[in-house]
Amino acid sequence: MIISRFLRRGISTSTSPTRRRSWWDHVTPALKDPINAVTDAFLADPCPYKINLGVGAYRDDEGKPVVLQCVREAEGKTGATNFLESTSTAISSKLVEESAKLIYGEDSDVIKERRFAGIPALSGTGACRIFAEFQKQFYPGSTIYFPDPTWSNHRNIWGDAHVPDRTFHYYHPDSKGLNFVALMDDVKNAPDGSFFLLQPCAHNPTGVDPTDEQWLEISSLFKVKNHFPFFDVAYQGFASGDVERDAQAIRIFLEDGHSIGCAQSFAKNMGLYGHRVGCLSILCNDKIQAVAIKSQLKQISNTMYGSPPIHGISLVSKILSNPDIKALWLKEVKVMATRIQRMRATLREALERLGSPLNWQHITNQVGMFCFSGLTRAEVDQLAKEFHIYMTHDGRISMAGVTTKNVDYVARAIHEVTASDRDIKILHNIGAYKVNTDICSTSLGTKKTRARGMNLAL
Amino acid sequence: MASTLLSLASATPSASLSFHEINKGKLNRGCMNKEKTNPFIKAKSFGRVSMVVASNVSRFEGITMAPPDPILGVSEAFKADNHELKLNLGVGAYRTEELQPYVLDVIKKADKLLLEKGENREYLPIEGLAAFNKVTAELLFGVDNPVIRQQRVATVQGLSGTGSLRLAAALIERYFPGAKVLISSPTWGNHKNIFNDARVPWSEYRYYDPKTVGLDFEGMIADIKAAPEGSFILLHGCAHNPTGIDPTPEEWRVIADVIQEKNHIPFFDIAYQGFASGSLDTDAASVRMFVARGMEVIAAQSYSKNLGLYAERIGAINVVCSSPEAAARVKSQLKRIARPLYSNPPVHGARIVANIVGDSALFKEWNAEMEMMAGRIKNVRHKLFDSLSSKDKSGKDWSFVLKQIGMFSFTGLNKAQCDNMTNKWHVYMTKDGRISLAGLSLAQCEYLADAIIDSYHNVS
Repeated sequence: MIISRFLRRGISTSTSPTRRRSWWDHVTPALKDPINAVTDAFLADPCPYKINLGVGAYRDDEGKPVVLQCVREAEGKTGATNFLESTSTAISSKLVEESAKLIYGEDSDVIKERRFAGIPALSGTGACRIFAEFQKQFYPGSTIYFPDPTWSNHRNIWGDAHVPDRTFHYYHPDSKGLNFVALMDDVKNAPDGSFFLLQPCAHNPTGVDPTDEQWLEISSLFKVKNHFPFFDVAYQGFASGDVERDAQAIRIFLEDGHSIGCAQSFAKNMGLYGHRVGCLSILCNDKIQAVAIKSQLKQISNTMYGSPPIHGISLVSKILSNPDIKALWLKEVKVMATRIQRMRATLREALERLGSPLNWQHITNQVGMFCFSGLTRAEVDQLAKEFHIYMTHDGRISMAGVTTKNVDYVARAIHEVTASDRDIKILHNIGAYKVNTDICSTSLGTKKTRARGMNLAL
Repeated sequence: MASTLLSLASATPSASLSFHEINKGKLNRGCMNKEKTNPFIKAKSFGRVSMVVASNVSRFEGITMAPPDPILGVSEAFKADNHELKLNLGVGAYRTEELQPYVLDVIKKADKLLLEKGENREYLPIEGLAAFNKVTAELLFGVDNPVIRQQRVATVQGLSGTGSLRLAAALIERYFPGAKVLISSPTWGNHKNIFNDARVPWSEYRYYDPKTVGLDFEGMIADIKAAPEGSFILLHGCAHNPTGIDPTPEEWRVIADVIQEKNHIPFFDIAYQGFASGSLDTDAASVRMFVARGMEVIAAQSYSKNLGLYAERIGAINVVCSSPEAAARVKSQLKRIARPLYSNPPVHGARIVANIVGDSALFKEWNAEMEMMAGRIKNVRHKLFDSLSSKDKSGKDWSFVLKQIGMFSFTGLNKAQCDNMTNKWHVYMTKDGRISLAGLSLAQCEYLADAIIDSYHNVS
């Protein structure tokens, strides 16, 4: 029952000659979080022109973190933080209400009929974790389906909640777009009533989003299969620049009558990363059920950390409920999304100008903060070692880290490290290789990939 | 009316104890839907046409209300009461003599400074704000403590006491599977929930002696001795919640002896550093004594009460290890646990604490405010004791009111007597007989004394 502890070899601390062994001898060093490890490596690099394209935190064109003006105004209005615990409940409820309106639509039935159970959560991570624990508690035998690939922490979250996971096809490495046919197949073949995690916009890490038409088909199939859709909404506003537009997938599911679950994060779209503000909501039959579910969600969070920190919640509820500040926020979100779109176009043009024969259209096809570049692990390592450009091993580039000043350098570096790919491409073009999938986009400049995928749908 | 609300509030968390003991590994607290299969697949009728295609029916149909929190339920009942002499002695939140919530001056200053600085809101590292982690460990162990100088403490910022306890619980579950945590009987209600949800088995050691309204020291020592070697012993560093009964320094030494002898791990929950005696250093004495013996210790801290930062959720988990290398490994695993819980902790509270504790002027001010708050509670204890002694002619020994320490006092009243306190006297308290002195004013001590005397003598 008790793990035997080993005598420590040869050490003795001068303060306690009797202490020979540690309780923690068998604790091995944890693997570094893959995303944070990139930042660590970046920070350790002394090179003055190093570039961090790792973590998905927005930067302005100077490469600086941004505190949004709407946040400053909200702070100005709320004055010194409201520390009184008595008002916490009211502010929390307000946050939930405003968050629900934002994602489900102010005029939606679920809002009017108050058919949702919601609690503030510790950003997107916290919202996902509470849901995972809730899922485990009330559907103990269930699994969760993740898109392949997905954000690296999803697996840890559901894993630590003891919910096993499976994947469904999502990203097509050849087309660098959506593998829609395989996606639909997997949805169809999953047992009825499975839990699925979906990202409604600006998919992390690929930047590949289904089209509206594809969402409609996915939603229909979900209805037939009675699957439970859980949406992880980390980038509302960041994909298109328009918060309503970015909520389309969810609105489609609502129209179809799904009772979904939703994790929302305000880390990126309000720049409130460090404040840990988010919301978990679950749609219900009616107000009564909403109260019951909310009580269960609260119990899970009470046991995990008590209540969520009030400062960030106050800011978000102020921003969303004050029309002037909200209007300002919407403008600022558009600015951020637009800058990223501009950097995508610029990076792609720069690569094409360098004469790269490789297909870079995915840089502008993909959406949101991230670009799944298609770079191999070896190329990523080379970028770090030789060019001091840091990104995650899967080749995910945080476009927020690209600026007008560094985009040419980034393009040149990518061009350099993909030299061997170019050789393969040249060989391919002269017929030395066959490419054999009809989903794959094989020629430069076509946008037929997703259209083809749709025609092959059920 | 009030009593109906209270009967709801009287559901104790011990209900989950039996669930846990019986269904270890199968947490189904609150789950009424026993079917393993998806209810939608059976063509089940919900009063309309049974359907294969889902419409608006929720798959969480069978979910019932979670039991109300016994402590917060008291405040709700209090709010609903219109009696002019009502007293809320439920939740342990500090109130002024005017019974108003109190935002410390240092907090206002620190918060203003933060607003002016206008720092960015970037993610903290998973382990939290470095400046905070440094000062919080120093506050608990002492700036010059060898364990700090030798870098033998793994400190990770947590979400107040609750969140920090949860990190430690998860660490125990992962690295000491099957090991038990021993908690005092009684203890703070959420302790059991935290260990249940973290899937860590627990059992109780005797603590409160209703006969003496004091510490059952022999029972405590016997139960700690009887626990399987290598158990985790959860100790309240100071100002025990809910009893207010702390071991004496001599008793602490015996406790440490037994823990060492049985190869247990001491696990401190320090939620009231400063609130017990009024001195931050004095209140850390028990933890420091264990550490000075060279023991490896786990310690959870909270700034909810002593800095009034309830709403900001700021605390820390510390694991004192026998080497800096072990501390580094343990810290990495605490981070590994935190990442899928919430990725990284909230920044605001951490900055406030770092600014206060790290600034000598503000720190001094805080010490003074701490003394003031603890002082008010001591005064109230004295007044209550005087009122009880002078009004009660039965000769009952009320001195436990003075001996107990911190925000809470265990009155020794049983449930029926507590009900009488509420129903007849409009005094709101938890059913275990706990009153929060932080919610009592000098002006109302006599009234409270009347209520207690009446309930004790006239109700059984």
